[in-house]
Amino acid sequence: MKVEALKAAAATPEMIVAFMACLILVAALYMKKEAGHRFSYGLSVVTLIFVAIQIMMNFSETGTTALNNMFVDDPMADLLKIAICLISAGVFVYSRQYNQDRGIFIGEYYVLGMFGVTGMMVMASANHLLTLYLGLELMSLCLYAMIAFYRDDKLAVEAAMKYFVLGALASSILLYGMSLLYGLTGSLELSVIRDSLAGTQQGNVAVALAVVFIVVAVSFKLGAVPFHMWVPDVYQGSPTSTTAFVGAAPKIAAFAMTLRLLAGGLEDLHGMWQQMLMIIALLSIAGGNIIAIAQSNLKRMLAYSTISHMGYFLCGILAGTEEGYSASLFYVLVYAAMSLAAFGIVLYLATKENESDQLDDLKGLSKRSPWIAFLLMVLMFSMAGIPPTAGFFAKFSVIQALVNANLVWVAVIAVILAVVGAYYYLRIIKLAYFDAPESDEAVKSNAGMSAVLTVNVLLIVAILPWIGSLLALCNQVIRQFTV
Amino acid sequence: MESNLLSILIWLPILAGVLILGTGGDERAPLARKLALGFSIVVLILSLPLWSGFDTTTAEMQFIERAPWIHSFNVWYSLGIDGISMPLILLTTALTVIVVIAGWEVIQERVAQYMAAFLIMEGVMIGVFSALDAVLFYVFWEAMLIPMFLIIGIWGGPNRIYATIKFFLYTLLGSLLMLVAFLYLYNKSDGSFSILDFHDLKIGLNAQILIFLAFFTAFAVKVPMFPVHTWLPDAHVEAPTGGSVILAAIMLKMGGYGFLRFNMPITPDASHELAWFMITLSLIAIVYIALVALVQGDMKKLIAYSSISHMGFVTLGMFVFNSQGLEGAMMQMISHGFISGALFLCVGVLYDRLHSREIKTYSGVATPMPVFAAFMVLFAMANSGLPGTSGFVGEFLVIMGSFQVNAWFAIIAALTLIFGAAYTLWMIKRVVYGAVVSDDVAALKDVNQREILFLGLLAAMVLVVGIWPNPILEVMHATIDNLLQHTQISKLP
Repeated sequence: MKVEALKAAAATPEMIVAFMACLILVAALYMKKEAGHRFSYGLSVVTLIFVAIQIMMNFSETGTTALNNMFVDDPMADLLKIAICLISAGVFVYSRQYNQDRGIFIGEYYVLGMFGVTGMMVMASANHLLTLYLGLELMSLCLYAMIAFYRDDKLAVEAAMKYFVLGALASSILLYGMSLLYGLTGSLELSVIRDSLAGTQQGNVAVALAVVFIVVAVSFKLGAVPFHMWVPDVYQGSPTSTTAFVGAAPKIAAFAMTLRLLAGGLEDLHGMWQQMLMIIALLSIAGGNIIAIAQSNLKRMLAYSTISHMGYFLCGILAGTEEGYSASLFYVLVYAAMSLAAFGIVLYLATKENESDQLDDLKGLSKRSPWIAFLLMVLMFSMAGIPPTAGFFAKFSVIQALVNANLVWVAVIAVILAVVGAYYYLRIIKLAYFDAPESDEAVKSNAGMSAVLTVNVLLIVAILPWIGSLLALCNQVIRQFTV
Repeated sequence: MESNLLSILIWLPILAGVLILGTGGDERAPLARKLALGFSIVVLILSLPLWSGFDTTTAEMQFIERAPWIHSFNVWYSLGIDGISMPLILLTTALTVIVVIAGWEVIQERVAQYMAAFLIMEGVMIGVFSALDAVLFYVFWEAMLIPMFLIIGIWGGPNRIYATIKFFLYTLLGSLLMLVAFLYLYNKSDGSFSILDFHDLKIGLNAQILIFLAFFTAFAVKVPMFPVHTWLPDAHVEAPTGGSVILAAIMLKMGGYGFLRFNMPITPDASHELAWFMITLSLIAIVYIALVALVQGDMKKLIAYSSISHMGFVTLGMFVFNSQGLEGAMMQMISHGFISGALFLCVGVLYDRLHSREIKTYSGVATPMPVFAAFMVLFAMANSGLPGTSGFVGEFLVIMGSFQVNAWFAIIAALTLIFGAAYTLWMIKRVVYGAVVSDDVAALKDVNQREILFLGLLAAMVLVVGIWPNPILEVMHATIDNLLQHTQISKLP
């Protein structure tokens, strides 16, 4: 057997994050309680930003595999990792005050978060089914614990249990699918799987079964209808800081998983998974958008909104073209930024006594806090996909990919359902701008956080002149996508 | 010709709007008002060179600007105007000044936001009329909804939330289908979003019909044409006066503009194929909606229905495919911009005094408000198409154009001259003349200088365009001839 160099340097960012997580865990033990918490928080944020910069400086030109082909470092992985790190850092910054108010501003929270980020980064770089599964489980286990951080809260525990049981089920389905693939191809390596599945007949039952298992598991992790049951409960039940964490970066990791599995390993079975994804995507868009209308809890509404966004995101994947993948990539990046900002605003409005997660809490926000109301409005228009916001261009590129792949009818259904979706986003604006406030109490301002929020939200609009470059980057990254 | 005048006209009001937003709360309202007026006048003056520098001999786009925007989709920031869009841009810049003056004293709450919304909307609307790239057009087209949504929702009447959400969702549904059509054309044209490239595409009849219908949903909702007009009376009744003016005078014209820019040149065969459908809907709008207007008790609703009926003339004029019809349609759009704007402002003047739009609240307004009565009667006459006013020119040309196609179209359309006169003059009779109905009406103050200013400006425009329409017709002549040629060449592959 030929011994290859491990080339472990390719995984430097993951190692830094994992190492810092361990360091925080140990070092905080030797500090005073409060100081330890602040140290954990500060070091986590700094590490994540540092790692993002480090990856930016060493942005890969082409893909290279490492660690016996289990790991790949390609431009797409780099881009996703930068986004994962920055967005997770953003979540930590937004949730600081919230966590302090609720006594969960503690070191373990950040250690779990950092390990979760490591898991996501591993997923982004997985070139092997085992690596992928390892990253996924590392991320999921951290999320289970973070959701249950309110030990005494019934809703939180219920959410964590539900997520855990269903998540374990989905993981086992994924494993089953993987084992079938292994049995069929004799390898766990994605490139080998792709090569040995090339030219498979449509009617091959074993292959079809493997594809079904994989698609189901992926849909579960994305929270697409009909595998979405956990999403609303988890979003509503978790502490908002955790919801923000679950809602943003893991979707980017899930994108990596979807792309590496479907567009990578199962590329030639496109005909098989395209139809499944089509049904799942349209159900998600319809289900998410329609059920969101009936919600009175903001976090739950955002959960359904996420479900519909995942539907749009899957539309790009199912187009099955390079264009479609890059549209999905762009969509998921924009979505993650929007989701981060949306929960940032919920976190901003929460006070020690009030979670402020009911829709009615937004009434008259424009009188109580004009600037935050304005940011919320921009964000809602972006989520609804109204130009001139990045949300529009995300939907635009996905729809474009669909039309280009001759799926005009899917595109038409998707855009008609976008109108349904616009209704509940408009309702938020209506509450904030057109309704009278229930109390005259001004929202407690927090200059630092509102500055970060401002940058976060205005990026969604101010990026317009340069949106071409971002789209081009997504295109280029997908072209370099290595299996 | 190199120039970045169009960019200035788009972005100056938008930046001014942002600046005005920055003036903050209502304690600095006077500053916000003055800034808004100043900037809107500057934009109006800056827009005049579009007229003076316009070459009337060519149908080519003028004042062209072009810069790459989104490479991966071959989207360009590309602007330009021709004889169809130029008059509409001037209409926009002129009416924005009037709307700012009209909102001067009436709006006392969130003044800076109100003024900013109108200025931002001005920039975006100019963008719609001058965009030559489909994606750019779409971005402006939808972005326009946002300020209007807020204007109706924040400063509107009691039922404003229902009206504004209905307005938004109706228009959004229409425009999203248009987006799909754009994307289809993008693929057909091998990756170009240029509207002028779309004009040269060869498309099969079935595809043309589908594209036509997709555009139709977008533009018919905006015009609005007969079965999809129901959002308009709601939106008009609830919107503040300024919002109604912009809505009626400019936003509705975007539907007509869309038909001229997209439907007719891109899908000429489908346009001919479906002309019966468009003409039928137009005639229904002209006659049926005029009858609906007759029975309204609310002045704003009456004018809103009258707008729909008049816009029926516009679509009728377009789909008879001759130069009288098309020029009449354009004239009708411009003249309706002034007249409907003026009538909404008249209702606004009364509403500001008695807070009622019901016809029955008023009677004998002429006694306490003689100057106002004179203006209102003039605009009413123009609305019913009196020769010598701008309302006559467009209707006359359209009727003449439709006569060439089928005498019955002209006869049915001409009925509206009777119905239009009936509902307008009957409203005038009940509101302006007659015995003074109550002490409130007797105590009405006549229009002040500010109100005389904006009503006077509009009255002047109505008369000038009515007596001497040639300058406007000349400007659009070359473009309309070119458009007609486009519609006569089959685009079937």
